[in-house]
Amino acid sequence: MSLSLEDLQSLCILSRLEIASGEMEGVADKLSEIVTLVDALQAVDTAGVEPMAHPLDRAQHLREDRVTESDNHLRYQRNAQRVEQDLYLVPRVIE
Amino acid sequence: MLHDATIAQLAEALRAGKFSAVELTDHFLARIERLDGNLNAFITVTADSARAQAVRADARLAAGDATPLTGIPIAHKDIFCTRGVRTSCGSRMLDNFVSPYDATAVEKLEKAGAVMLGKTNMDELAMGSSNENSSYGPVRNTWNRDLVPGGSSGGSAAAVAARLVPGATGTDTGGSIRQPAALCGITGIKPTYGRVSRWGMVAFASSLDQAGALARTAEDAALLLQVMSGPDPRDSTALPDPVPDYAAALAKPLERMTIGVVDDFFDDGLDQDNAQRVRDALSVMERLGVTLKSIRLQNIGLSVPAYYVVAPAEASSNLSRFDGVRFGHRAEGAGDLTEMYMRTRGEGFGAEVKRRILTGAYVLSAGYFDAYYLKAQKVRQLISEDFARAFRDVDAIAGPTTPSPAFPLGQKVDDPVQMYLNDIYTIGAPLAGLPALSMPCGLVRGLPVGLQLIGPHLGEGRLLCAAHAFQRETEWHTLAPPGI
Amino acid sequence: MDWEAVIGLEIHTQLATASKIFSGSSTRYGAPPNSQASLVDLGYPGVLPVLNAEAVRMAVRFGLATGCTIARRSIFARKNYFYPDLPKGYQISQYELPIVHDGHLEIILDDGEVKTIGITRAHLEEDAGKSLHEDFQGLSGIDLNRAGTPLLEIVSEPDLRSAREAGNYMRAIHTLVRYLGISDGNMQEGSFRCDANVSIRPRGETELGTRTEIKNLNSFRFVEKAIQVEIERQTDVLEDGGSVVQETRLYDAGRNETRAMRGKEEANDYRYFPDPDLLPVVIGDALIERLQAGLPELPAARRARFVEQYGLPAHDAVVLTANPESADYFEAAVSAASSASPKTVSNWFQGELTAILRRESVEVADTRVSAATLASLLDRVADGTLSGRMGKDVLEALWHGEGSVDEIIEARGLRQISDAGAIEALVDRVIDGHPEQVAQFRGGRTRVIGYLVGQVMKASRGQADPRRVNEILKSKLAG
Repeated sequence: MSLSLEDLQSLCILSRLEIASGEMEGVADKLSEIVTLVDALQAVDTAGVEPMAHPLDRAQHLREDRVTESDNHLRYQRNAQRVEQDLYLVPRVIE
Repeated sequence: MLHDATIAQLAEALRAGKFSAVELTDHFLARIERLDGNLNAFITVTADSARAQAVRADARLAAGDATPLTGIPIAHKDIFCTRGVRTSCGSRMLDNFVSPYDATAVEKLEKAGAVMLGKTNMDELAMGSSNENSSYGPVRNTWNRDLVPGGSSGGSAAAVAARLVPGATGTDTGGSIRQPAALCGITGIKPTYGRVSRWGMVAFASSLDQAGALARTAEDAALLLQVMSGPDPRDSTALPDPVPDYAAALAKPLERMTIGVVDDFFDDGLDQDNAQRVRDALSVMERLGVTLKSIRLQNIGLSVPAYYVVAPAEASSNLSRFDGVRFGHRAEGAGDLTEMYMRTRGEGFGAEVKRRILTGAYVLSAGYFDAYYLKAQKVRQLISEDFARAFRDVDAIAGPTTPSPAFPLGQKVDDPVQMYLNDIYTIGAPLAGLPALSMPCGLVRGLPVGLQLIGPHLGEGRLLCAAHAFQRETEWHTLAPPGI
Repeated sequence: MDWEAVIGLEIHTQLATASKIFSGSSTRYGAPPNSQASLVDLGYPGVLPVLNAEAVRMAVRFGLATGCTIARRSIFARKNYFYPDLPKGYQISQYELPIVHDGHLEIILDDGEVKTIGITRAHLEEDAGKSLHEDFQGLSGIDLNRAGTPLLEIVSEPDLRSAREAGNYMRAIHTLVRYLGISDGNMQEGSFRCDANVSIRPRGETELGTRTEIKNLNSFRFVEKAIQVEIERQTDVLEDGGSVVQETRLYDAGRNETRAMRGKEEANDYRYFPDPDLLPVVIGDALIERLQAGLPELPAARRARFVEQYGLPAHDAVVLTANPESADYFEAAVSAASSASPKTVSNWFQGELTAILRRESVEVADTRVSAATLASLLDRVADGTLSGRMGKDVLEALWHGEGSVDEIIEARGLRQISDAGAIEALVDRVIDGHPEQVAQFRGGRTRVIGYLVGQVMKASRGQADPRRVNEILKSKLAG
């Protein structure tokens, strides 16, 4: 199966991932090869097989409802590029 | 020489006061300084904090409250968050990222008194089998600088093989501990999924990722794993089961054991000399009293396609948090939000990571979900059932770790599918969540190759016993790369 | 054409846990920006979610109270999309296997009829943070304190047929979650909000029309108004020969209109898949039995009991049981009262006390007049010590902390005059003083009696029993 440039373009938007226009074709080709590789799955008879989402066949372990965290925003915000008045800044969000 | 000693030997010498932890640390730091220049195994060397840790280790040794790892220099794959130290994950995206917290594995090793020398190089975000995908340049194979060390834990494997550090942590999602261990001639173990907490490990594919240890011997790997393993309230997928005493089990004679040899692994894709080394190793096992039994894993051939759906799918979601807002790289001068996201991620991620994100988005997207993601999950079930069936008759499963010894830098880096196929023997175990190790079993054209042992759920102790028994009988694990 | 509206609501109710759904951060409202955003809430590299057991128990309690099937095994999934208030780039939610499903809730319509509304499902998920748009030179500021707050999303069947029904259903769910104690239901703080799916079709038609989704409605009034204008908008579109576009819309309260949301043109493809960080949630019989046994009396049962036990009209029962605090207050007052009837308590609660609470913007729970105090006041009214008018004054005085009922009566000299002799003397004085009005009355203008009663009351400084005044005045005028 091969991926068109349009397919790739929409995957890039979905993934918020810029690919230089000169590289689009090469990326599309390689993705097509990968899709061809995984297309081998299509030939397998999986009728009646339960999908396996996780290697552990166990119930989820829960935690009790206790507040264990304290305010560390100054330390955590040292990794952020733009912070003002303790808020993370991003280009304007439009609704 | 000091650096030829194993962790077990160093621990004994430290306790006997033959040298101090500070001296040991300085010795290894000097080797890193001298030898890592053309190896590129380390991204960050933490000499100052290492010396401080060593001083504390000496105090503990003197006070008599040392553990077997107190004062032992180790290195962490740069995927583990280390408080106050850059945690780059081999990615430009995290080049400026200083973790405010420690991974559980890091915390536990520190508590045991191990001395962290630094953070090792890796394929970006653990995606790769050659270490060529690192934003910090490729790691070179200690046995031949023109060859790859394997990946993604290539820095850890190369550092241990070059005796820059006696042991290191790694992570394994599709073979990222075992494959570089094999190509660098050392021992590496990936335990059962959930045995080591994933807290603080930058996530690649959450249902596959598992931390483990790389060292020169199974005994050393057991010492590291002992400390790293165990339940963790911060990881609900960490196994609650108590951790057995791995080292104590090694001291006992090898119990009666049946090892299944996977016929399906000895196919055309396997280098014939490599195959022979594996068969020779299995003969040694037989001499040790192990019963060999030929087995089939009917669907194992589908593990590469199943993996390359599941792993990218999970990765595409796990990596969405890298958006330039709270940490990591952020593109300058973007006009709007979408542009900021797209350029940040376009600049921050390398080619292979981008391919996997896009593949993951593709296999999860509307219209393709059933055909790819759901199908892969079903095939994963079939593969897992094959293993379960096999383990009704055998205690462990053996085969080669890789199809061939280390390949040249540049050979596969532009051919992702060829690169993926290099993982063909290692991908099955993580798909089923099973423990697996690789240990040196000989040389092919002067290069090390590995024997892989896969165990049942929580069977890592047995695997380590078998590997230790093998290493008592053989010397492959003691071979040093030329010039080291 | 005669159109019928078809409405379904997705109600997001914040669960009243102390800590967040997947982290140990506090859920307290109003903290300084990002002071309650832990590494997990920030989606830092390497962090993992660990589910809050209390959130699970609350969801199950809701399910049990609405006759839902409790999923023995439910799954958390990731809903993938990029938005600055969503730190991980995905929301952890439930998709294919929600924790509870297929239940129902009875609501009371305005005409008193009972209607059963189907509940498709209710699932657990994490809330997002907040974007603030002011003051940052064209940039938005992100506060992630709310990120990771536990939500129960309650999805109804499209069983609602009018804006008013939708409002009633939302109120009924609000009442229920408050009774269950699983949410504070505080709408100002966003703890209870909903999205409405609205479509219309010709009455009698069984196929559904194209629907729109109105997002983020955070008051009962807005829900009703938004749905009403959306029904009108869709009706206009269809009657003009157009067709309704399936889209997400926002309600603009200022203009009382809905408009299509911008910036969401790109078709969303959320790529849901099971969250590999979270194993299936398994709920056993023992937990279900324990939670079932611990359920409080639910609104419908309490409503029915109020009618039966206290002889109240249905409407009174509906109002009094609308929230647990009101119902508790009422019952406490009734049981403390020795002579005031339940209906009297109900009247005073709904009338005078509620008026004061509204005026002072105080919740029932924080009232300054306790149920026992109200009961003693109403006993004084019932035994004739106080007139209704005086009772109101005493209630005000109680509110202002002027002492107990009897102390206030004493201090103000507020004793009703019921003694016939005393009242007769007052009546005689008024009759003597108002010959003109007396003549009018006797000439057939009987309405003038109200004026004369007023004069007697005035002369008594409000302390005469008005009923007795009326009787005596009538008999004297007739005589």
